[in-house]
Amino acid sequence: MAAVQTWWMILRVSLAERLVYRGDFALGTLMRFLPIVTQIFLWTAVFAARDEQSLAGFTRDELVAYYLLTMVARAFSSMPGLASGIAAQIRSGEIKKFLLQPVDLLGFLLLGRVAHKLAYYIVAIGPFALVFFLCRGYFTGWPSVTALSAGILSLVLAFLLGYFLEACMGLIGFWWLEVSSILFVYMLFSFFLSGHMFPIDMLPEPWHTLVSLTPLQFLAFFPAAVLLEKIQGWQLVWGLVAEAGWVLFFLLLSRVLFHFGTQRYSAYGG
Amino acid sequence: MNPAAYFGIFLTFARNSLVRNMMFRANFLIECASSVTWTLMNLGFYLLIFQYTTTIGANTGWGQWEFFAFLATTMLVNSLVQAFFMPNCEDLSELIRTGGLDFALLKPIDTQFLISLEKIDWSSFANFVAGLVLLVVSLVQMGLSRSPPPEIGPVTIFLYVFYVLCGVAILYSLMIALSATSIWLGQNRSLYDFWFYITNFSRYPMEIYDGAWGRPIRFVSTFIIPVLVVVNVPARIVAQPVTPGSSDTWTLALFTLVATAASLGLSRFVFQAALRNYRSASS
Repeated sequence: MAAVQTWWMILRVSLAERLVYRGDFALGTLMRFLPIVTQIFLWTAVFAARDEQSLAGFTRDELVAYYLLTMVARAFSSMPGLASGIAAQIRSGEIKKFLLQPVDLLGFLLLGRVAHKLAYYIVAIGPFALVFFLCRGYFTGWPSVTALSAGILSLVLAFLLGYFLEACMGLIGFWWLEVSSILFVYMLFSFFLSGHMFPIDMLPEPWHTLVSLTPLQFLAFFPAAVLLEKIQGWQLVWGLVAEAGWVLFFLLLSRVLFHFGTQRYSAYGG
Repeated sequence: MNPAAYFGIFLTFARNSLVRNMMFRANFLIECASSVTWTLMNLGFYLLIFQYTTTIGANTGWGQWEFFAFLATTMLVNSLVQAFFMPNCEDLSELIRTGGLDFALLKPIDTQFLISLEKIDWSSFANFVAGLVLLVVSLVQMGLSRSPPPEIGPVTIFLYVFYVLCGVAILYSLMIALSATSIWLGQNRSLYDFWFYITNFSRYPMEIYDGAWGRPIRFVSTFIIPVLVVVNVPARIVAQPVTPGSSDTWTLALFTLVATAASLGLSRFVFQAALRNYRSASS
C-alpha cells in the first residue's frame, strides 16, 4: 500500500510539473503540424504527375491520413530528452540518489514519462482534434472496432517500446559517459525508417525486409497502418506479437544494462 | 569606421572561429560527417520519391535532376546561413538573458554587425561542398538528358550566385528579426523550431502550392514572408524547368531584389527598435 502511495505521489508531482508550460505545449503542438502541410502539397504534386491512383498501396488521401496518424503514433513513442537525461545523470553523479533511495530509476522515469504524456495529451487533444477535423475529408470514416482496439494497443506498446529503447541508450552512459553520437545515429535512422517520413511499404527490396526486421517501424508506421486498416488478419496479430516482443526485449535489456552498469559505476561529481 | 575596417574585423572573426573549431578537431570532423549524413538520408528520400514519379507535379518540368539542382541550391543557401548566422542568432537570446549584450553595446562598432557575425561555424561548409557536388552532378545529368541542354553561361552563373546570396540575406533578416524579439520576450527558446517551420515552406518548388489551399500559401510565403523566393529563384535560373527566359522567372527575379532590400531594411528596423527596449539584466 505504501508503495502504491509513493508511486501515486510521484505521478501527481510529475503531472503538476508538466502542466506549468501548457501554453507553450499547445502552440508547439499546433506548429508541429506545419511540416505536414508541405508534405501534403509534395505528395499531391507527385500524384498529379502519375497516371495511377495508387502508390505502394496508398491513394493520395490515404497517404495524407497516414501522415496525420503517424503524428499520433509519434505522440506516443517519442521520448524527447530521455536518453540524454539518463546519460547526463550518470555523468553528473545525480544518479546516486536512485542507488541510495528505495526508488527504482527505470520505474521512476517511466512514471515521469506517463505523467508527461498524460499532460501532453490533455493539452494536445485540442490542436489534434482541430487538425483532424479540418482534414476529415482525407479519412473514409472511423476505423472498425477491431482496427481501433488493435490500434490503441499498438500505440500503448509504441509508448513502452519508445521508453525502453531510449532508456537502454541512455544506460549505455554507464560505459561511455557521452552518448550523443549514438543518439544522433538513432535519431537519424528513426527519423527516416520509422515511417515518419514515408510509409515503409514504399521501400524497394531488400530495404523493405531489412527495415521490417528492426523495431523502428513500430514507433510510427505500424500503429498508423493499423488504424488505416492496411494491416489486417494474421498479419495484424503477428505484428502486435512482434511489437510486444520488442518491448519485452528492451525491458529486459534495460534491466541487464542497469544491473551491470551500477556495478561498474564509480560516482563522479559531488 | 570604414568598410575596410569592418572587413578586417570579419576576417578576424573568421580566423578566431577556425582556431576554436580546430581545437576540437575530432568533434569538428564528426559534426561535418553527421550533417552530410543527414543530407544524404534526405537525398535518399527524394530518390525514393522519384522511384514512383518522373516529375514533381504534372508538366512543371521539375524532373529528377532539375529537382536535385533545386535541392543542391537549398543546401547551399542553408549551409551559408548556418555557417555565418545561426550560431550568433542563437546566442543573442542568451546574451540578453544574462546581460552579456552590455559588452557588445559598449564596443565602438555597429552592434548588429558584431552580434551577427562574431562566430562562424566552419563545419557547416561540409554541406556547402556537398551541395556544390550535387549541383554539378545534376547540371551534367541535365545536359546529358535534355535536348536542347539548359544554357549555363557566365551570366547564368553570376545570376545564380547573386540570387543565392539574396536568399541568404532574406533568411538572415528573418532570423535576426526573430531573435531580436527575445529582447521583448525575455527568452526565445523556440527560435530553432520557428526557424525550421518557416523555412520548411522554402524547400520545394513553388509550383506544388496549388489549389484552394496552395495559392494563399504561395501568396503569403512569396509576398508577406518571402521565404519561397529564397531557393526557387536561383534554382529556376540554373535548372530552367520552364522554357528558358520565361517572363515568370524574370518577374520573380526582379521581385526578389525588392524583397531582399525590404527584408534587410525591415530587420534592421526591428533590431534597432528592440535594442532601444533593452534593459540590461546584469548586476
